[in-house]
Amino acid sequence: MSDYQGVAVYCETRNEKLVPIATEELGIGRKLADDLGHELLAVLVGSGIRSLAQEAFSYGADKVCIVDDPLLKDYHTDSYVLVMEKLVNQVKPQILIMGQTDIGRDLAPRLAFKLGTTVTMDCIELAIDPQSKRLLQTKPVYGGNAHAVFVTETDPQMVTVRTKAMTPLEPDASRQGEVVKIEAGLEASVIRTKVLDRVVEEVKGIKIEDAEVVVAGGRGIGSTEGFGQLEELAKLLRGAVAASRPPCDNGWVPDTLQVGLTGKIIAPELYVAVAISGSSQHLSGCSGSKNIIAINKDAEANIFRHSRFGVVGDWKKVLPAFTEKVRELMAG
Amino acid sequence: MNIIVLVKQVIDPEAPPSSFKIDASTNKAEMRGAAPVIDPYGEFAVEASLRIKEAKGGKIAVMSLGINLLREVVKKPLSMGADELILLEDESYVGGDSWSTAYAMAMAIKKYGEYDLILCGRESSDTNAGQTGAGIAEILGLPCVSLARKIDITDGSAKVERVTADGYEVIDVPLPAVITVSNEIGEPRYPTIKGIMAAKKVDPVIWKPADIGIEPSQVGSAGQKGKLFKLYQPVYEGKCELAEGETSEEAAANLALKLREAKIL
Repeated sequence: MSDYQGVAVYCETRNEKLVPIATEELGIGRKLADDLGHELLAVLVGSGIRSLAQEAFSYGADKVCIVDDPLLKDYHTDSYVLVMEKLVNQVKPQILIMGQTDIGRDLAPRLAFKLGTTVTMDCIELAIDPQSKRLLQTKPVYGGNAHAVFVTETDPQMVTVRTKAMTPLEPDASRQGEVVKIEAGLEASVIRTKVLDRVVEEVKGIKIEDAEVVVAGGRGIGSTEGFGQLEELAKLLRGAVAASRPPCDNGWVPDTLQVGLTGKIIAPELYVAVAISGSSQHLSGCSGSKNIIAINKDAEANIFRHSRFGVVGDWKKVLPAFTEKVRELMAG
Repeated sequence: MNIIVLVKQVIDPEAPPSSFKIDASTNKAEMRGAAPVIDPYGEFAVEASLRIKEAKGGKIAVMSLGINLLREVVKKPLSMGADELILLEDESYVGGDSWSTAYAMAMAIKKYGEYDLILCGRESSDTNAGQTGAGIAEILGLPCVSLARKIDITDGSAKVERVTADGYEVIDVPLPAVITVSNEIGEPRYPTIKGIMAAKKVDPVIWKPADIGIEPSQVGSAGQKGKLFKLYQPVYEGKCELAEGETSEEAAANLALKLREAKIL
């Protein structure tokens, strides 16, 4: 395995830009590459993406590897796995970092099995072991109740990283590097699936992953109408409304509002958790928030262990009074 | 339609986080005072299989891998309406990673033979990895669609709604295929009394490594490619400052004042 060298970062792109998690991957990739004394390689796969190399350089890449082909316009497991297999066998990176996105969750395990290596999904911390020089991969397990540190014995050592767990570098537009083009060499017939439709479920107002303030409700809210009251506070604070899993499963709010291990992972300035008990699976999605505020009638609720401020009480009484006082303070 | 559904016996992920403990000497986790359960994500896969059976007819075989599999736990999918239960139950399956688990499962599926569809949860609630489905598909050379929130079967193919960050995509995949099921598919049904009675009468089929044509060195901890270096419980400071008041309304107002004081508002 000694002929594997360097750190490669798979950069997902959308609307002719790197997605934010790609810049976070480049940030941690840069650090690991420096610790190993290796190069940092950014990998771009898609159609019409050549112009994005400069963005990858500015976020820390030494080299950018591009596979640009019309057949790669849409993500299909079959085509992307084949192209990534070819690329890894050609470049032989010692470490391959991907993002824990809907594409990363699909692509990374299949690619690892194809390459005969293994991947650690959803890492929140990555470091080089000073003795062995292998990658220490920390990921939450048991819905966040525990953390596990894994070491991969085969190369490349593959990981996906959790959204917002890593920090991007300040972009430096003057950074330059080498661009390597790799031919996809794909036949359309390798793609067994067809994408019949892509549906974007529009949300009113600010998206929860972009909001500075998020007001989230749990099982205790009880109805769609209840979420209307959260909406009022969110509007006042120019934030967004979110939910834990039960309100989504019960159809009170759309699934796209779910914060948690199986929903969105966010890190706003302020997270107001209303009638949310604080299961590990939910906290996995919001524990990176700068300030968590809890309103819950159960003083023993787990959410209070993760909150900076809170009120023990029935949200139906607490929330309207809280919203009124906030309105008054903001007006003054 | 012959459907194979993969489920896992896990410690109860819905038990309060305060009952979660790790035995440092064995690196094993437990939920004190809570019985093991069928993994909730796997239950979503069982629910998906039952809906397909209702629409198209067919047979559902449930497979599970592990040791000390409690019969009342692993029989739950039967009591919900599945037809057969196959257990890969042997000491040598223990301590595996995604590789050794997917390999053993794939070989068991091969032995089972006739199938149109393989379903499993999007991930399990203990490892939170989400690799078994993709791994089995790769080993068996099948297409795989992950994160399904709806599955419709039409002649020889499945139309799958796959969850994405801002909505979903609709994917057509030829059968046989592996599909991993997400919680958006909807609440799994409760077992019926009739189902529970019927499940009692079903004897699970047990397959040891030799039965599925693999060496003990290919399964469990012997067949893994990653090593668990450390398992620990993160410590949270838990310094929550509670706003007080004579009434809930007063406490709420005091909370707002505290936030202003701390410059959060």
